[in-house]
Amino acid sequence: MRAVSRVDGRAVAIDRRDIDTDQIIPAAWLKRVERTGFGPGLFSAWRSDPDFALNAPAASEARVLVAGANFGCGSSREHAVWALQDFGFEAVIAPSFADIFRGNSIGAGLVTAQASEETVRALFTVLADDPQATVTVDVAERMVLVPSAGLAEPFALPDYARWRLLEGLDDIGITLRHADAIADFEARRPAWLPSSAPAAHISA
Amino acid sequence: MSGRLFDKVWERHLVAAPDGEPPLLYIDLHLVHEVTSPQAFEGLEMAGRQVRRPDLTVATMDHDVPTVNPLGPISDPLAAEQIARLRKNCAAHGITLHPLGSAEQGIVHVIGPQLGLTQPGMTVVCGDSHTSTHGAFGALAFGIGTTEVEHVLATQTLRQTKPAAMAVTVDGDLPSGVTAKDLVLGIIARLGTGGGTGSVIEYRGSAIRALDMEGRMTVCNMSIEAGARAGMIAPDDTTFAFLEGRKHSPKGADWERALDDWRSLVTDEGAVFDSEVRIDAASLRPTITWGTNPAQSVSIDGAVPDPDSLGTAAERHAAQRALEYMGLRPGTAIRDIGVDTVFIGSCTNGRLADLRAAADVVRGRKVSPSVRAIVVPGSARVKAEAEAEGLDAVFAAAGFEWRSAGCSMCLGMNGDILSPRERSASTSNRNFEGRQGPGGRTHLVSPAVAAATAITGRFAVPADLEGAR
Repeated sequence: MRAVSRVDGRAVAIDRRDIDTDQIIPAAWLKRVERTGFGPGLFSAWRSDPDFALNAPAASEARVLVAGANFGCGSSREHAVWALQDFGFEAVIAPSFADIFRGNSIGAGLVTAQASEETVRALFTVLADDPQATVTVDVAERMVLVPSAGLAEPFALPDYARWRLLEGLDDIGITLRHADAIADFEARRPAWLPSSAPAAHISA
Repeated sequence: MSGRLFDKVWERHLVAAPDGEPPLLYIDLHLVHEVTSPQAFEGLEMAGRQVRRPDLTVATMDHDVPTVNPLGPISDPLAAEQIARLRKNCAAHGITLHPLGSAEQGIVHVIGPQLGLTQPGMTVVCGDSHTSTHGAFGALAFGIGTTEVEHVLATQTLRQTKPAAMAVTVDGDLPSGVTAKDLVLGIIARLGTGGGTGSVIEYRGSAIRALDMEGRMTVCNMSIEAGARAGMIAPDDTTFAFLEGRKHSPKGADWERALDDWRSLVTDEGAVFDSEVRIDAASLRPTITWGTNPAQSVSIDGAVPDPDSLGTAAERHAAQRALEYMGLRPGTAIRDIGVDTVFIGSCTNGRLADLRAAADVVRGRKVSPSVRAIVVPGSARVKAEAEAEGLDAVFAAAGFEWRSAGCSMCLGMNGDILSPRERSASTSNRNFEGRQGPGGRTHLVSPAVAAATAITGRFAVPADLEGAR
């Protein structure tokens, strides 16, 4: 995973709450076996509306998405994160995120900046006035900045998530440092717990 | 705060709690399917890593499998590739696979309990948000993304910040005709789509205790629709009776040992939850969603709401947009809304009890000529058991299509989809825009309401059909 310390760029605003992952990447796109190539599917149903924010000419250069509360609810599909990244987004700012989406984002290196409702509303206003404004998401300082509008507001990001983003760490690598603890745990598991016979890997 | 069911299951799975990192939780069962796993296996292989516990990993094919002629060639080349990839990955890593055509193939959340793989006190994960289903057994079960799937394959653990514990207590008796689906839709309407975010819900109270295992699975299944990390129900004699004798259930002396352990998996008297919601079961009615998220629902006796009557500006805006998408006008009586398609199936309501409930309604009746009606059993075993009872014949005589097992029209990945503006009554779990096909309009209902609606062609409950057989 690539390290992310700060994201600078244009932003796209979608003033809707409860944006579910079926909207972010419709199921028809989930048949790919790669992690790449999902950008054209991002919000594909909503993009049929010419006025949709992602259809603005400058949107293809955007790095930051600003959206309403409970962003990423619904399906666990990590493809939603890959689609946002493939399109060019490196950070999403919203008043709240669905749990699975947030976990997937941090795992894949997409910044989830949880800002207050007031901050997000202020960003909607700023971006309505000046769609070209540069928005900065500073992961190290946990601040959202729009210098041209004099906006500087904090956002929430758990310490561990911040550390992983800053360091670009491989979670599996970190966990495998605890390999002995995992093996000790396994030795203590009750014998009745279910397991499938390793030999019979294709059932009848 | 100890003494809660959730804490007991959480604590017994803690492998390590290093400073500054989220705790590492051991995973007892990892369910795998074709759609969210190929990138995880690829990542594992690129890093030169092995599957740590293939014996605790079980795979099947469900999301994009055909439900008509499932053993024939798969016409969608992308779906065929995903299915072939799963077969190859399972063979390469020694993972048990229940492939298309096998007796135990089916929706992951139907086959886990059916095989006795899901047991009280376990941790269960799967790259699918409806993994919360398994919480019906007093397991801690939740959906994960593909990066986490890879993490579990490699380490059999997950890093998890400990969620809060919420109690949803439903006391009293459900009125006649009100099912587990109506109960959970009522809970979601109360909590909202994000009300459970950051929490594990324990469902409690006499109305929950009175549910059979199928009903409890329906309730836990939809926990994610309120945003919850997981849903749990303390195991009891109903749970143990369901598990006894299943393929992977403990046997002999192990069964007795397991029972002793499982009986301890309850929230102790006096334990305090981080939040609590109380619902009077008697207040619930057969429930139908009118909007584009599962919290937007109303009683069968009600009408499409007027967005202007809703509380906040955000709610009004969302409702306005939802009604536009759904092609509905405020004030329209729910019973006056006609449907084009009825879908009975999914991990929410595709089990034998659900099919029996629907068959009881349609027996001796005919599907409205304007309705396309489909039954998709949740697993090959559910299909076989239903056929042994003659349910397939009941559905066929009424004019339903009887399909093979899979996720099917719940998410429309396999080609079973709605056309734009087509309206469905669906026993599935999500009514998001385009969920069942681009432009499709989904209303979530119970199997009994879906069946009655298929007969009348408009939303109906079984009692509306009295005499008309």
